[in-house]
Amino acid sequence: MTVGELVRELGLEVLVAGDLEADVHGGYCADLLSEVLAHAAKGDIWITHQKHLNVVAVAKLKEIGAVVLVRGLRPPQEVTDRARAEGVTILVSPTSAFETAGRIHRALFP
Amino acid sequence: MSPRIPPVFRRYWEVAPKDLDRAGFVSIEVRRALFSLGVEPEVVKRAGIVCFEGEMNLVLYSEGGRIVLVVSPDRVELLFSDRGPGIADVDLVRQPGYSTAPDWARELGFGSGLGIPNMEQNSDELKIHSRVGEGTVMRATILRRKYDGR
Ligand SMILES: Nc1ncnc2c1ncn2[C@@H]1O[C@H](COP(=O)(O)OP(=O)(O)O)[C@@H](O)[C@H]1O
Ligand SMILES: [Mg+2]
Repeated sequence: MTVGELVRELGLEVLVAGDLEADVHGGYCADLLSEVLAHAAKGDIWITHQKHLNVVAVAKLKEIGAVVLVRGLRPPQEVTDRARAEGVTILVSPTSAFETAGRIHRALFP
Repeated sequence: MSPRIPPVFRRYWEVAPKDLDRAGFVSIEVRRALFSLGVEPEVVKRAGIVCFEGEMNLVLYSEGGRIVLVVSPDRVELLFSDRGPGIADVDLVRQPGYSTAPDWARELGFGSGLGIPNMEQNSDELKIHSRVGEGTVMRATILRRKYDGR
């Protein structure tokens, strides 16, 4: 499944479109940046409450498929600007981290 | 040991203390530089993680410093040096979970105490020299051996 297909299936909001054709095989949920650096895999969907500039750097360094902000959280514009410059996809989910992860898991592993 | 192959590329960046908005972008520049030099993707990935953790520590805990990138045919080295305050117990800061991060940094997802362990995990050698009141130098070495990673 691609990031774009996941967006359509779950009705996620696309704040910044990086590579929506990228393949997604899994995801990682964490708000601790070192956890993501240690354990997320390339192409993962990163589900988080963090919405500051360093998120863009971590996503870029880990080649994250898309960052999904939960509970409708919206980052400041400098973050979306930087994400656009770096080609990092940022999505917004209206539901909690638990529900968002559940829905993404179901879509990836039906 | 066999003689060291001379460096082919060397660059440094100054890192300002407490400047969280700029933090992380030396790491992205290091990543870009390594890719453009044709360094193996697995090595670039490890160097990116090492650099981010080292950079964040300079920003959060030091009074400013610099990051030096040295790329040789057989290795990538990252040096983090700062102007203080220094680390009293180097063995302690290497332990997973040890952190003195303030609450405001923890809210932003720092302070898990996994930064230096991540640096060790992603380098072949991590040397730490520190003197309280003077400063800290960390040198991470990542060998460019053939790597059958994921
Ligand atoms: N350059 C530095 N100067 C002084 N203290 C440092 C430096 N880098 C790290 N430390 C100390 O080491 C601790 C552990 O660092 P680290 O493993 O990166 O975890 P974290 O950054 O999550 O606290 C920090 O909380 C801090 O007390
Ligand atoms: Mg740290």
